Amino acid sequence: MSDEDEIILSELNDEDLVAQMFDDLYDGMKEEIEESVNILLSRDWAPYRILTEALVGGMTIVGHDFRDGILFVPEVLLAANAMKGGMFILKPLLAETGAPQVGKMVIGTVKGDIHDIGKNLVGMMMEGAGFEVIDLGINNAVESYLEALEAESADILGMSALLTTTMPYMKVVIDTLIEKGIRDDYIVLVGGAPLNEEFGKAIGADAYCRDAAVAVETAKTFVARKHNQSGATA
Amino acid sequence: MIPAADPKAGRILLLACGALAREILAVNQANGLDHLDLQCLPAIYHNHPEKIVPAVRDAVAKYRGSYAKIFVVYADCGTGGQLETACRDLGVEMLAGPHCYSFFEGNAAFAANDEITAFYLTDFLVRQFDSFVWEPLGFAKYPAKFDVLRDMYFGHYTKLVYQAQTDDPSLTQLAETYAGRLQLPFERRFTGYGDLETELTGLT
Repeated sequence: MSDEDEIILSELNDEDLVAQMFDDLYDGMKEEIEESVNILLSRDWAPYRILTEALVGGMTIVGHDFRDGILFVPEVLLAANAMKGGMFILKPLLAETGAPQVGKMVIGTVKGDIHDIGKNLVGMMMEGAGFEVIDLGINNAVESYLEALEAESADILGMSALLTTTMPYMKVVIDTLIEKGIRDDYIVLVGGAPLNEEFGKAIGADAYCRDAAVAVETAKTFVARKHNQSGATA
Repeated sequence: MIPAADPKAGRILLLACGALAREILAVNQANGLDHLDLQCLPAIYHNHPEKIVPAVRDAVAKYRGSYAKIFVVYADCGTGGQLETACRDLGVEMLAGPHCYSFFEGNAAFAANDEITAFYLTDFLVRQFDSFVWEPLGFAKYPAKFDVLRDMYFGHYTKLVYQAQTDDPSLTQLAETYAGRLQLPFERRFTGYGDLETELTGLT
């Protein structure tokens, strides 16, 4: 490619720059995304606007193309890595600038399981949607979930598993919440490759989420319902 | 007129994962299991567990009229219990255990090991490493992004365990090379055919 063909991000107007960010996210170009985020910040874009219009907007396209079989796992991971670069810049600024806070989620992979790709994608997209996410990482025992839920006053518990042998542990966590009389204090969302809706219902989760986009929409719906219920009973 | 005898009468069909074909034939040959026929589903379903249950249902429907019995040579294999449910519905038996790594090692021994940070390769996966691991994970297509992808996929793994079904130094050498490519310490563990052999030899 000649020099004339190279795109100078800083020379693009806002609309073209956001369109270019969609392309760069799609292609997993982390450094370009970081540069574009900084350009938009320098043009006085609010961090929350950059997050929603540029990063989440771009990742939504990636999510749709993954769902439709156009993109595959490696491409989604590279796109997520690029978004992570942008998020790293924006995250400290979001709180400072009073970005809306939709709710708080504690998320983690269950005990005996070290797989976190899906969980990480969900966490990132939830943050993109305005949720505060407390990520407990992998291999979490029930105590770890309970401590975090209480300490963080979370609205949502998200559990992930990739293995058929580890997914039943989600029921252990939910049963413990029931035993302690706190099950209804939280929205419980579950996900992972071997799970399905039937399993989610059988273990007493509020919903099974097949992908990160569904997790975000489900979380928004349940949080809105919870707020409406609290309003009605206040 | 006397009807012709059904050539499949008394025979058992093994409806198997293609990734087990070589091992099943070896077990059958070593044990003289001449009453077992083999029909395989595509091995690549190893990477797409969601395709296993519908394919097993279709294959059982196709072959059940021709055999005295069908045995499904899959463990759960990432179907989240759905294969077990399907086999119960269909009235056919299947292998016990969560996956091939477990039944090759022996389900009881594998569970006792509780080795959650090990990435496993079998003889089959060593032979087919590029098409079942390297390429699907994007390492071939995105060599410049190797470190990013490697950390995302394998960041929590602490070793690669080659579960050897056979004593083949060339496979061991390959497996060790692949461990190096994935930047994981290498361990070879001879398993033989484990519970696969026990189950197949018990089929009557």
